Amino acid sequence: MDKPILQIRNLNFWYGLKQALFNVNVAIAPHRTTAFIGPSGCGKTTLLRCLNRMNDLIDGARIEGEITMHGQNIHTPEVDVIELRKQIGMVFQKSNPFPKSVFDNVAYGLRIQGVTNKAQLTVRVAESLRKAALWDEVKDRLDESALQLSGGQQQRLCIARAIAVEPEIVLMDEPCSALDPTATAKIEELIQDLKQYYTIIIVTHNMQQAARVSDYAAFFYLGQLIEFDATEKIFTNPSNKQTEDYVTGRFG
Amino acid sequence: MKLRHSVKELWFGAMLACAVMLSLALLTWTGFSVSTILMLVVSAALFLAWLRLEREQPQPGSLRRHSVDSRAVVFTAATGLATFAVVAAVVIILGNIAWHGAGQISWRFIFGGTGEAMFDAHRAGIFPMIFGTVALVFLMTIGVLPVGVITAIYLNEYARPNSLPVRLIHGAINNLAGVPSIVFGLFGLGFFVQFVGGGIDNLFYGGQLHYRKPALIWAAATMAVMTLPVVIVATEESLRAVPNGLREGSFALGATKLETICRIVLPEAMPGVMTGAILAIGRGAGEVAPIMFTGAAYYLAHLPTHWTDQFMHLGYHVFVLSTQSPDIERTEPILYGSVLVLLALTFLLNLAGVLVRAKIRARMRSAHG
Repeated sequence: MDKPILQIRNLNFWYGLKQALFNVNVAIAPHRTTAFIGPSGCGKTTLLRCLNRMNDLIDGARIEGEITMHGQNIHTPEVDVIELRKQIGMVFQKSNPFPKSVFDNVAYGLRIQGVTNKAQLTVRVAESLRKAALWDEVKDRLDESALQLSGGQQQRLCIARAIAVEPEIVLMDEPCSALDPTATAKIEELIQDLKQYYTIIIVTHNMQQAARVSDYAAFFYLGQLIEFDATEKIFTNPSNKQTEDYVTGRFG
Repeated sequence: MKLRHSVKELWFGAMLACAVMLSLALLTWTGFSVSTILMLVVSAALFLAWLRLEREQPQPGSLRRHSVDSRAVVFTAATGLATFAVVAAVVIILGNIAWHGAGQISWRFIFGGTGEAMFDAHRAGIFPMIFGTVALVFLMTIGVLPVGVITAIYLNEYARPNSLPVRLIHGAINNLAGVPSIVFGLFGLGFFVQFVGGGIDNLFYGGQLHYRKPALIWAAATMAVMTLPVVIVATEESLRAVPNGLREGSFALGATKLETICRIVLPEAMPGVMTGAILAIGRGAGEVAPIMFTGAAYYLAHLPTHWTDQFMHLGYHVFVLSTQSPDIERTEPILYGSVLVLLALTFLLNLAGVLVRAKIRARMRSAHG
């Protein structure tokens, strides 16, 4: 593995009194796709949301341990959470385009970074939509409402929106769980393409999806990291019995 | 099926009985006035509808009708009666005002000043009162919207839900909504006129009298305090309706809380804010008690030109006309005319709010697809 872009060390996490993550250690390789898999409630989404500090917004949440990005602890006071989130983008389980036009959705992140030049915005919006494999479908309807797009298009728009601000890492929280197989296939293809530009961390319920898109996979169970390895190894020759049972569909 | 049929019949029966009784009552009180005629028309319409129902009865030989549950009868009759009483009250009030007030409406009445002929129906005009009312509502809206919206934003976006301060503020808002309007008038006199106004005079005018007196701005401020709860509650409700996913989506792009609120949350909540404004305008245009001590004047020769001037107000004018007139016979038409104009004005101000909201909604619909 290359020098990891993101390193999670001895991470514990609590919602109030309930502990959701127990002593998790994961290293994320740059320009690779890492999948977090495991049954519902195993903490994979919680971990994902720790990485861009979205859990800061939750009342009573408490975190212990260390997450470093390029060796810099993201929880130290010198780290601006706003800057962190510009570097670590996120795509949510339920697509959440803003009730604005397609163009304004993608331009949103750029505008809050202070880009006001119309020509520059146009170029970067088009580029992001192309990267998100959505350009051909929406190039004639940039002024239409984003909510008029289909579910799959909305999710790709959210991806375009996330990559428009040029993050280094893109977090994806079950991005296909509400989509049909065709739309899912498009997003999976997109994830393969995006790897050359970004580091991708994806949470998924879908074993085949994890096997198809990821280079590394981390299997979680009840808040514990059970096994973390190359995806191929996890799916063909896992070292842990629990992992084997899960990936072969014996439970979960 | 049968039961419903019979219940429907009872409904009509109850309403018909009410209408006939009301018509008779009106006939005795007012003679053949417009309200009586209206009521008779309503009774006739109900009777016709009832006859049609009768014709839909099953023919002999078909299934027997079910007996009607006596509780259903009583309940249906009671609800019918209550509903009808409400409708009748509105019809009678509006009908009466429109009937008596319409004759007074003229170019001169709407656009003329009062002069000394304040109580003379043939010479008095009410333009200064219309002007004062509109100015008051306008200033009040400018005052109440920012404060109300910002409070609602604090409560819904910044404060911890259900924390002690939030519960205290909600309690305060509820209590504020329950305070009688005359108390707001006294509060306005004590706080705005004496305390704030006096403070401004002492600080900036060396004690000279500029602000420590009833004025348009103090009346508007008092009215704004009174309508604050409506705006806060309506705004809070619409903020709550904004999906959390939108906030998270914005935060995940590196937006600050303020950017998220200004660019995503507040635009989504705008129709709710407008609903609050409409309710506030509706209340503010009609209330008299809060402005009696804080800015409304019995008579002024000139229109207010500054916010420290006093003003005349339609609602207060109605109060003045009905209590101060030396000759009520000659004043009565102005009274009716003023009330009609006040109702129309309130309606128009509300309508303006509703139109603005509809426009925002239409723009949002195009954004919502």
